[in-house]
Amino acid sequence: MLSAGDKVVLSLMVFIPLAIVLFFVWFPALATVFLSFTTWSGIGGLKAIHADGIQNYHQIATNYPPFVPALEHNVLWLVVFIVFATPLGILIAVLLDQKIRGSRIYQSLIFLPVMLSLALIGIIWELMYSNNYGLINSLIGRNGQTNFIDWLGNPKLNIWAVLVEASWRQVGYVMVLYLAGLKAVDPTLREAATVDGATPWQTFWRVVFPVLRPINVIIVVITVIESLRAFDLVYITNGGTNGLELLSVLVTRNILGQQSRIGFGSSLGVVLLVIALVPIITFLVQQLREEKRR
Amino acid sequence: MSDSESGTPGAQSPLSRRSVLKGLAGAAGLAVVPGALLEACSSSKKTVSTPSSAAPAATTSAAAAPSSAAAAPSSAAAAPSSASGGGGGAATGTISFGSNYSDAVPKAAFAAMIGGFTSANSNAKVTINTVDHNTFQNNINNYLQGTPDDLFTWFAGFRMRFFASQGLATPIDDVWDKIGANFSDAFKAASKGDDGHYYFVPLYNYPWAVFYRKSVWAAKGYQIPTTWDAFVALQKQMQKDGLVPMAMGQKDGWPALGTFDIINMRLNGFQFHMDLMAHKVGWDDPKVLAVFKQWTEILPYQQAGANGRIWQDAAKTLLNKQAGMYLLGSFVAQQFTAAPDLADLDFFPYPAIDPANAQDSIDAPIDGFMMSKKVKNKDGATALLEYIGTAQAEALYGKTDPSDIAAATNADTSTYNPIQQKSVEIIKSSKNIAQFLDRDTNPDFADNTVAAMIQSFFNAPTQVASQLKALEGQAKTVFTS
Repeated sequence: MLSAGDKVVLSLMVFIPLAIVLFFVWFPALATVFLSFTTWSGIGGLKAIHADGIQNYHQIATNYPPFVPALEHNVLWLVVFIVFATPLGILIAVLLDQKIRGSRIYQSLIFLPVMLSLALIGIIWELMYSNNYGLINSLIGRNGQTNFIDWLGNPKLNIWAVLVEASWRQVGYVMVLYLAGLKAVDPTLREAATVDGATPWQTFWRVVFPVLRPINVIIVVITVIESLRAFDLVYITNGGTNGLELLSVLVTRNILGQQSRIGFGSSLGVVLLVIALVPIITFLVQQLREEKRR
Repeated sequence: MSDSESGTPGAQSPLSRRSVLKGLAGAAGLAVVPGALLEACSSSKKTVSTPSSAAPAATTSAAAAPSSAAAAPSSAAAAPSSASGGGGGAATGTISFGSNYSDAVPKAAFAAMIGGFTSANSNAKVTINTVDHNTFQNNINNYLQGTPDDLFTWFAGFRMRFFASQGLATPIDDVWDKIGANFSDAFKAASKGDDGHYYFVPLYNYPWAVFYRKSVWAAKGYQIPTTWDAFVALQKQMQKDGLVPMAMGQKDGWPALGTFDIINMRLNGFQFHMDLMAHKVGWDDPKVLAVFKQWTEILPYQQAGANGRIWQDAAKTLLNKQAGMYLLGSFVAQQFTAAPDLADLDFFPYPAIDPANAQDSIDAPIDGFMMSKKVKNKDGATALLEYIGTAQAEALYGKTDPSDIAAATNADTSTYNPIQQKSVEIIKSSKNIAQFLDRDTNPDFADNTVAAMIQSFFNAPTQVASQLKALEGQAKTVFTS
């Protein structure tokens, strides 16, 4: 049985973090939902808030040109991560898991971008993509005044350029997580599969991959988080305009800065929240179903 | 061969969970106490609460506001300037000054100017709280409504008048009674709020003009154009000679606003421009469309790929003699670091388009100071502002900062370099001074929406009419009152 002292410690350990989460996560989230139905410039205190109904949402739907591109880009970010960056990370992890010479070096090199902050990655690649002085244009010989490729200024190209930067980092992140999981796979399973005559492809997909279920769940979660969280790269590159709009940038654009439209920014935040809720609810439903099964 | 996991933790280990918890609590306590002591005796005071997002502060290295060039993001630091010398001035007490002059050169120049005040007033002490340039601007709403300093740095224009009308600044008519004679009418007009009272003391400004390299022009035999037709013919000739006629770097969004400003003022006059800034006329007005039609004439001669180029790279094109001209503020001179290059730099005012307006207007953003509403030491702050509004004090600033020119009329110009001296003349000879688009109108609207519209104009100039209609739709939601 628990002593009185234990009970005190336990309740502190539960209620202090709970209070922190309530105050720093739940309260702002609910306040954001509340503020999304108001108009407020941030000046004049709380009495300057005045209720507006769904005007903000109406404006987002009808009179806010950056919204649809931002939505498209957020979805594109998620798709590229799921279809390209994460599978590439898994592939590299599988390749480097084998006993090849220098696998440690490759791992370190590929993991290096993960250690850099996203702001720094944005600045590094800005130099690489520069029109007249960048590495890429100079290497392919197109850095003159008329024949350069405008990687970051062309609204059709720049989202892909930034996705390359983001994938550069995501690949290393996924690779390291997957390598850790692969190292924990029981080697006898693989031997058994080889004895049964399975090809490496079949070994991976039929034996190793199902065993790595917990790691796979983690990988999916961080992929979704990283893609919904995207902000730093586009903000550093050009402030999130001209083909690089994202919902997170639209939120900060309306709330931070000198003349805040806090109600409008909050409604954009609520849209982002609703989008984020889709994978969250899917994940939770799956987890609860599993627990019921067990 | 993969290693299998070692045995389950905790079973045999000498550390029990209880002792780990006790140890953590002790360590946390130890960390808090010295931290609290350090906080108490540290001299750095953060008067502005910065948001925890590092990205906006980090952008100072990539994109700069017009009045400061490349700067490393500096965290909040304060330099309390202590009273020295034996001056017997009347000011007493401590005056706190919130400053966003975070780059090295303006910071030193500002400290020098304040030093002149404290040496003349030995009973007064000025505490300068310096905050990173962009962070200060982003937090200004919270700052002014929270615990602002007595005085703070700001700009003339829309925001200054907004703060005045919201009651966040103290009117300083008494200061202007003493310093009014030192400033021209244009500066006086820029320092007033909407109610006609004074709220602002100007420190310096700098002009936006067309910069070029004298050696390149002399070699090719170009003449300074004063009319639109001569301007277009010159750019055509430059293109034939293999130069980029007009450099442009619009990645950060604000540089091309200067071009819009000047074409609008030349074509439609200063009053129309100010009405547009105040949204008394809409952006879908045919006169605004005319500005863009005029711009379309010279668009073929503008540097391609502007939306992907930062202004520093565009300045580099001018520096490397690959571009013929560059319309920018005089801070472009900061990119010309070698002395012979700086000596080769010169500028001329944008050519006239409509002879009725000639070349009577210019963009010359003014930086200066305001007094917050919650001022604690009003007499001291008033005395400090009266000191700053004199030619001698502003010359003290101008001696250390070589890229701007003092606002006071009779400031000593003997230490000015040629660019600064020419700036004085061009500003003196301009009848109307605008503050630049993102200071004359709602700054968020300018830097986000108008800037984005100009970027889409560069991408698709033939669709400018629909772009302007969309812009007006956005403007209506911003200028709701």
